[in-house]
Amino acid sequence: MKITNIVTNIIFFYVDGFRQMKVGKKLWLLIGIKLLILFGVMKFFFFPNYLKTTYDTDEARSMHLIEHLTKERQ
Amino acid sequence: MELMNTELIDWSRAQFALTALYHFLFVPLTLGLSFIVAIMETIYVKTGDQRWKTITRFWMTLFAINFAIGVATGLIMEFEFGTNWANYSWFVGDIFGAPLAVEGILAFFMESTFFAVMFFGWNKVSKGFHLVSTWLVAVGSNLSAFWILVANGWMQYPVGMEFNPDTVRNEMASFWDVALSPVAVAKFLHTIGSGYVIGALFVIGISAWMILKGRDVLEAKRSMVVGASFGLLVSIFLAVSGDESAYQAAQHQPAKLAAMEGLYKGEERAGIIAVGILNPDKKIGDDLPAVYGDIEIPYALSFLGYHDIHAFVPGLDDLVLGNEKYGIEGAASKMEKGKIAIEALQSYKDAKKIDDKIAMAEARKLLDEYMPYFGYGYLEKPTDIVPPIALTFYSFHIMVGLGVWFIILFLIVLYLTMANDITRFKKILWLSVWSIPLGYIAAEAGWVVAEVGRQPWAIQDLMPVGIAATHIDAGNVKVSFWLFAVLFTVLLIAEIKIMLRQIAIGIKGGH
Repeated sequence: MKITNIVTNIIFFYVDGFRQMKVGKKLWLLIGIKLLILFGVMKFFFFPNYLKTTYDTDEARSMHLIEHLTKERQ
Repeated sequence: MELMNTELIDWSRAQFALTALYHFLFVPLTLGLSFIVAIMETIYVKTGDQRWKTITRFWMTLFAINFAIGVATGLIMEFEFGTNWANYSWFVGDIFGAPLAVEGILAFFMESTFFAVMFFGWNKVSKGFHLVSTWLVAVGSNLSAFWILVANGWMQYPVGMEFNPDTVRNEMASFWDVALSPVAVAKFLHTIGSGYVIGALFVIGISAWMILKGRDVLEAKRSMVVGASFGLLVSIFLAVSGDESAYQAAQHQPAKLAAMEGLYKGEERAGIIAVGILNPDKKIGDDLPAVYGDIEIPYALSFLGYHDIHAFVPGLDDLVLGNEKYGIEGAASKMEKGKIAIEALQSYKDAKKIDDKIAMAEARKLLDEYMPYFGYGYLEKPTDIVPPIALTFYSFHIMVGLGVWFIILFLIVLYLTMANDITRFKKILWLSVWSIPLGYIAAEAGWVVAEVGRQPWAIQDLMPVGIAATHIDAGNVKVSFWLFAVLFTVLLIAEIKIMLRQIAIGIKGGH
């Protein structure tokens, strides 16, 4: 079997599967909405990666942490 | 502990607890139901009986609903690591990253690929290939859980790493020590076991409801046989893996074990409190009774913790104040060693600034020696090592009590289904239905024991929660806490509604 035939078969396998879904369509919609809220709203507005956004280099991040670990004790 | 403001820590902690507990409402059913569906399909392939195909497809649809609603809810915890727990995330380095990366790759390739075959492939691939795909989805889901629990196991018992003061990160020294740590393995087995029990309770509960309503009775009874047989085996396995978890707690987290049992004064031949009420006025070191109205199983705690009925089990008094007779070091002494470790880190930093290689080497030597006590240096007083006792104690007893109930229930249901006509035993059928939420309560209680019992540590002995948290605005954490609470509640309601609608259609009603 040629590679193009295999790829076509795999694509049709998924297309047919999605077409014939009943409850699955509702679930995919729910997954889509959920991912949109998680990444489009929550991650974007509330969950920046603190060290990545505050410091430019790994060295600066290490410095932050060593300051934090030694300062908190004083 | 001169930590940051407690309001921020409490909200960050509450947010993580909320997301973890909600996430674990979806995960266990995926773990358990995937195997039950695979067993049902195996019977179909072996017998060729179309009824088993119908049964398999019904439970597979419920599995898909749960999977779809639960998928990606765990990602939120990864967001929180980067924002609320940035200090922790940096400190753990690749120890956490490596297992989670393996989990991501495995989940993507195994679950996603074979999930499609499992749902879209019924009339398109051979019976055998379809069955293999169903089994691989089950194995893939459970392997994903393994890597996540390896990461969690490391927090309970950090091994296989070296602390690098230059990068201020823990670096993996042995992947296998991390992956096969006895705590991680025990945690994995006990957690997946709880998922299997929930899967079995779900199957017998829904089947019982169908029998009570007179719907698809033959298919429901067949489902019950599979659910109860699987449930009985895995609930016994759960008890055995629970014993191993307690053994590991005794070796590596003795304060957690003592809190689980409300044990203040350590003793030889210690018993387990089967039932009892904690004395709320009890304090470390006083002579008040710890538990009222207790019924004790003699020797059981010594056996559980040390596999020796004569063994001494240290209580919270011993762990806080020390006990010379049994060679138990008190928390005050560990705090002194922790301070030495932190000062050594400070000295290393200062020496590095002026490039004093000799001073750096001396500081490094001292740091390596006292690193196992590093986290104790941040504690304010010895009693800080005591986890919230009431929450740990009652959660543990609820979990164990329910675990015993599940074994009895599976035994009765299996007997009545195999040797009798279960349709006549309406009370047992209703008990099966009402035991579905009990399975979730037991599993969540288990997580409370594991995580609350670990307090005050984010990483056992190395980093207290207050040091792990990021200095961010507490207001932000509160807002996102409530947003998550709403989002998860909506998802849960959606799941229950879609599930109930699908169940109402019935086993033969279509997919």
